[in-house]
Amino acid sequence: MEFALLLGTPLAGALILGMVGASRQAPALNIAFSLVTLAAAVSLAVRVVGTGSLGFLHEQFFIDSFNVFLVALTAFVGLTTAIFSRPYMRVEIEHGRLNAGRLRLYHSMYQLFMTTMLTALTTNNLGLLWVAMEAATLSTVLLVTLYRTAGSLEAGWKYFILCGVGIAQALFGTILVYFAAEKVLGAAGVSALLWTHLDAVKGQLEPAVMSLAFVFLLVGYGTKVGLAPLHNWLPDAHAEGPTPISAVLSGLLLNVALYAVVRCKVLVDGSLHSRLPAQMLMGFGLTSVLLAAFFLWRQRDIKRLFAYSSIEHMGIITFAFGMGGPVAIFAALLHMTVHSLTKSAIFFAAGHAAQKCRSQLIERIHGLATTNPAIGWGLMTGALAILGMPPFGVFASEFLILTSAMKQQPWATPILLLALAVAFAAVLSKVQPMVFGEASGKRLPHSPALLPVFTHLALVLLLGVFIPPYLAQWYQSAARLIGGP
Amino acid sequence: MNALSLDLQILNALAALLLLVSFAMLAQRRIVALVNLLAFQGALLAAATLLLAARTHETHLYVSAALTLALKVIVLPRLLHRLIRRLGVYWDTEPLLNIPGTMLVGLVVVVFAFGVAQPVAALASTATRSAIGIAVAVILLAFLTMITRRKAMSQVVGFLSMENGLFFGAMSATYGMPMIVELGIALDVLVAMLVLGVFFFQIREQFDSLDLQHFESLKEER
Repeated sequence: MEFALLLGTPLAGALILGMVGASRQAPALNIAFSLVTLAAAVSLAVRVVGTGSLGFLHEQFFIDSFNVFLVALTAFVGLTTAIFSRPYMRVEIEHGRLNAGRLRLYHSMYQLFMTTMLTALTTNNLGLLWVAMEAATLSTVLLVTLYRTAGSLEAGWKYFILCGVGIAQALFGTILVYFAAEKVLGAAGVSALLWTHLDAVKGQLEPAVMSLAFVFLLVGYGTKVGLAPLHNWLPDAHAEGPTPISAVLSGLLLNVALYAVVRCKVLVDGSLHSRLPAQMLMGFGLTSVLLAAFFLWRQRDIKRLFAYSSIEHMGIITFAFGMGGPVAIFAALLHMTVHSLTKSAIFFAAGHAAQKCRSQLIERIHGLATTNPAIGWGLMTGALAILGMPPFGVFASEFLILTSAMKQQPWATPILLLALAVAFAAVLSKVQPMVFGEASGKRLPHSPALLPVFTHLALVLLLGVFIPPYLAQWYQSAARLIGGP
Repeated sequence: MNALSLDLQILNALAALLLLVSFAMLAQRRIVALVNLLAFQGALLAAATLLLAARTHETHLYVSAALTLALKVIVLPRLLHRLIRRLGVYWDTEPLLNIPGTMLVGLVVVVFAFGVAQPVAALASTATRSAIGIAVAVILLAFLTMITRRKAMSQVVGFLSMENGLFFGAMSATYGMPMIVELGIALDVLVAMLVLGVFFFQIREQFDSLDLQHFESLKEER
């Protein structure tokens, strides 16, 4: 019942908002649909904590200790972004950047995007996972080009082609997994792609085929995670699309793609008994962290700046998953949560700041703390949180990742520390003049959405000081499930 | 070496033709002809699937052959032809690498593809395992088509040809993916084309052309 609601609500929302998405009540409806989705997700989470994993629809869908917290997180950020987009989109219409027809497209596609992400997270079938990931790209292409500017069209085209080609590699990887599975599970049709079935027999899967499959799967889904050097689409799509979409791309889609990589890694690890997948993840992770940290210096656009910061953090998480071991995986899962919350909060604040100064260029944004203290301090606090200042949650997870790196991969620690220091200096030196400095800019025609910004930041603060026992238990059982060599 | 049965011989001939079509696409600069080649590739794929279905008596292969015929031979080429007419893009500009050069790279790619496919083909128990190398070659040649072209339309044709290669790979290695997955993939491809249709008109409205050379503003160090 809850499960039908979880996937059915956003789907119904997409259809209904496709018809009435331009009306005055549409933003409220968008929020209402997201709220019902969140309620369904929370009630499912409570059930999974009680009973362990659940299967639905002939095992085609399942919820276990790994995906349950991502489902809850996705639904939660989906709701807060819907709340944020209400005033944001009203200002955009007032500024003449959008019209009613495009608003309808936005609302409908937003709900469809939520449907595809929740499907990707809950499906047990690796083939359907691929289908849902591709659908997630398709539903956001027209959102990236929502403003129809030259830059947004270029960004949309890059996003479509790079992610399309990337995801084609992942399909080939999926075919290879199916090929290996068929040998063990027989040509029983559908069951040979079910993750739970594959997990049960992963020790018998042909290692040569599985390692080839993993290369394709990692490159394919890794493109969507934004791992360097496959990250080219990411900063453009984040900077040129509307801010609510930047927030959900960064906060949610990257997580979902990484989730797909990790699911595949569990199978390959079981088959290979070598450290090859782990080393590949660590290699891609470190490359992304380093490259993003240095590119941060060169950014002049506030949304591009934080898009590169997302690449950096995805690199850290990928590295931690590659390192393996209970502590590192616990930290990676925690980092996925706090990064998602912090980064979407930053995009909310940055979006309003850019609206206020009518420009996304960092040099044109200044004095936010005087003209609009709430946005200014929201941006500053968010930036400090994402840079890993205590007592925020990012500090806790980065600390855990660094200490386990010292134990397990000492050679990587200086690289990580260097990248973190470079990123710290780069982001702080760019955020400071935006928040302080000489004040300018007019008031926004509508009051900004501050509730989502500060709710997210408060949660990140809470996670840094105290992780509730049930959440820690979730992370631990997920870490056991993912394991690693 | 024992003689192959007739249907296998035909299947192998179809696979060889698929590869040939991929090379033809690599050399073709007229966009209308490129779309026709894509439709022909789809038809070869549908014929191969049908033959395999008759051989293995798998019902889902019959469905998948029908789906291929409907989507890749009829619907997609029609959509693309309509787009070409309405947008008036008939010729691609000179490719980034000249055509003889591209063909030479293509040859190297094919050798590489057979190398990659070798371990998989050695393990396959399907009658069509020798075609796995061809499938990988079709995928890589389509990729080559995409990266050497400048017009958005030719890149899309390359993308669809890559999907054909993937489909052929799945078929020759495992007799196709489960039905539900194949339906999902077909749906994704169809939606992708519709999104692209909308997208092309947006690009044209903005730039008055579908040449991707205009797409050079979003680079680092502006």
